[in-house]
Amino acid sequence: MEKLHYAQIQETLFKKTLPNGLTVFLLPKANVTKSYGIFMTNYGSMHRTFVPIGKNELVTVPDGIAHFLEHKLFEKEDRDVFSDFMKYGASPNAYTSFTKTAYLFSATDNVKENVELLLDFVQDPYFSEASVEKEKGIIAQEIKMYDDEPNWRSYMGTVKNMYVNLPINIDIAGTVDSIQQITKEDLYMCYNTFYHPANMALFVAGNFDAAEMLELIEQNQAEKTFPEAKPPEVKFPYEPEKVNAQKETIKLPVSLPKLSLGIKEKKQQLKGEVLLRQDLIQQMILDHLFSKSGAYYKELYEKELIDDSFDYSTTVETLFNFTLISSDTEDPERLENELKEMLEKTKSLTIDEATFSIMKKRKMGEYLRSLNSLERIANEYLHYHFAEIDYFHAISILDTLTVDELNEHLAEWISEDRLTTFVITI
Amino acid sequence: MALLKTESFVQNDIRFHLLPTDRYKTITVVAKLKSPLSRETATMRALIPFVLKQGTASFPSEQKLRKRLDELYGAKFEIDCNKKGTNHILHVQLEFANEKFIPNESEITNEGLKLLWEIIFRPHIKNDQFIDEIVAREKRQLENKINSLYDNKIAYANERLVEEMYKGEPYAVKADGYIEDLRDIDGKSLYDYYKRALTEDDIDIYVLGDFSPNEMKEKLTALFSRKQAKREAEVAKMARKKRNEANKIVERDNISQAKLHIGYRTNCTYKDDGYFALQVFNGLYGGFPISRLFMNVREKHSLAYYVASRIESHVGLLVVYSGVETAKYERAYQIIEEQFTDLKNGHFTEDELTHVKKLITSSIKETLDHPTGTIELLYQQIVGERELPPETLIENINRVKKEDVIAIAEQIELDTIYVLASEEGE
Repeated sequence: MEKLHYAQIQETLFKKTLPNGLTVFLLPKANVTKSYGIFMTNYGSMHRTFVPIGKNELVTVPDGIAHFLEHKLFEKEDRDVFSDFMKYGASPNAYTSFTKTAYLFSATDNVKENVELLLDFVQDPYFSEASVEKEKGIIAQEIKMYDDEPNWRSYMGTVKNMYVNLPINIDIAGTVDSIQQITKEDLYMCYNTFYHPANMALFVAGNFDAAEMLELIEQNQAEKTFPEAKPPEVKFPYEPEKVNAQKETIKLPVSLPKLSLGIKEKKQQLKGEVLLRQDLIQQMILDHLFSKSGAYYKELYEKELIDDSFDYSTTVETLFNFTLISSDTEDPERLENELKEMLEKTKSLTIDEATFSIMKKRKMGEYLRSLNSLERIANEYLHYHFAEIDYFHAISILDTLTVDELNEHLAEWISEDRLTTFVITI
Repeated sequence: MALLKTESFVQNDIRFHLLPTDRYKTITVVAKLKSPLSRETATMRALIPFVLKQGTASFPSEQKLRKRLDELYGAKFEIDCNKKGTNHILHVQLEFANEKFIPNESEITNEGLKLLWEIIFRPHIKNDQFIDEIVAREKRQLENKINSLYDNKIAYANERLVEEMYKGEPYAVKADGYIEDLRDIDGKSLYDYYKRALTEDDIDIYVLGDFSPNEMKEKLTALFSRKQAKREAEVAKMARKKRNEANKIVERDNISQAKLHIGYRTNCTYKDDGYFALQVFNGLYGGFPISRLFMNVREKHSLAYYVASRIESHVGLLVVYSGVETAKYERAYQIIEEQFTDLKNGHFTEDELTHVKKLITSSIKETLDHPTGTIELLYQQIVGERELPPETLIENINRVKKEDVIAIAEQIELDTIYVLASEEGE
């Protein structure tokens, strides 16, 4: 077991890769009451065309299957997983994103039992025709709930506008029609391919002894057998630099129109330290321009083109990289023009050292705040782990960031053919 | 052992609460200003957070204020207005990095406290009033916020339920205020109201983080001080009208899923002895994924993706909410009612009772691992005018017996059913 100590943030992490390939991270903390465990596979809605384990040819599965699988792992032949956790006062949960599926629990006692439950329920699938059919009704309602959420529609609409071929342009849950095609055989095929321990990682944080916890996990894993496996072979289509569509408008029952502007970033498919640096750079520049202390925010606010709903985000993953800026607005056309003009101006913008040092301070404070929450630590840590980044190193990477890197990014950040807008009107 | 070290004291007509803990890498300071909820002042009070965000005496614009926060290592500032029972609470929060984790820094805490004090007690004014242009602009911002509730169909349906259910009672007053009441507000009337609020409101200040209580006490009392005056007129407590049968309202909109919201009067609040049994009843009924509603409406009948119940502790409201096909909402309602009757008839096991109690007490303990969660939990005691530290709350929940749950179920009355249905037929 590797013991990693991070002096500045005063955190100690234990790490081990087990013989079956599973990577385990343990973060014991004496001063908390709760424990949190998350078991994540490097598999999400985008992994739809792949070579199934033990086969030689590519298959494409129905849309929404990763998410469907996530739902179905909670049901066993004779019981419901929720009830198992309940006996130990724990609440389990799960989520599926474009690239990951994660199962998690939080609890205040019985942390060992809960960790075992987490490993066992994810590693013991049971799918039957009847239960697959039953789930279709539930997921159809989940999809319809999202259909009624304008902010989600705006987010997905902008993402679809940006990506031409990459399956990030397909809804995570699929559609009411696509999920009808899912069979129990499909579920087993996806499960066996992507839930191999070597494709997964476990993070446990909370009040426990690291050595005891590791022993328990090792024993639990040693009792199970898994086939020898190569990393899953997944095929992603070629994605051009430019956006799919420059603009789209839809109608929904909303109080004010909503505008969302997407920037398909130039640098795609990053990993490791390069990804983390790029992530920090993109975030810091957005904060600098569009946070409430930013010059562009101020201008838009004073012109009353944006309101409290104004938001921005940047998402850098190994498979994609994009930035979104959005707001409710009375005049989506004018907001679009103003935003585009502002972004165009960033080409000639240079950030000086004094400003850069404040930008860095802000990021440092935000990073420390993220370490307040066990869930946040565990989620972020695993998310970055699959991109070959040690999240606890972020603060030292931030230290080495230079103003030149930011200015270089600004010079080539914006290009008209990588911008898109998505508008919801009343 | 107490779950949490707390030191509360009243000085300078303010109640201070110190919560020293080494769990976090930041220091969180929350000021809560409490006043009775009333239609006369609701809109002005809702507007206050918007205007206070626009700067202080030393940082007289939103941008200057936000730049100051950036310098303080990205301190997080939040301000809003919400209702708890029939109280209208102004919540002001500042969270900043603990200087312990930042080399060569020693002033963040002092400067952070000073800034929070300024935001509340030295806002940006001119000639003894808020600036009219700013107030006019922020009125439009608030108007957008009021209107935007409509975009979130679940929140909208919930607000409609409360509005219909509590018609003519103080709890029906909206925390965000009313568009028609905005017209007459200007810089002068709003500042006059705010000055009155600062003298009449009950003010509680919570500080949580890794600090020395004695030093913190000195810092706080040197900064925060005022003279409290008695509120002139107490808001009259209006008697509720008795219903002979449940009130049912169906409204239609262009949405894909019906939102079914059911309001019950629990006739029991935080102040009452039955409060603990009510928590347990809610846990059995719809508070968790193992509760009756989830297991039946979702897992057994596949009618919904989400279905849950929750209680408003200070007004005696229990709400069940779910998203279902419009054509099936009657069926869902029927199943929901069956679950209620079942519990009332005592059809639950001792095991279920034990598990649910464990889930509730775990979730209370987990709340104590979050800075804001902790403060909100403690503030319940101020709003509920009852001393009930977390460990006492937990003890009392553990003591609830089957007959207590049945007794509380018997006093819960169905009041209003609100359905936001899709436009095409039933």
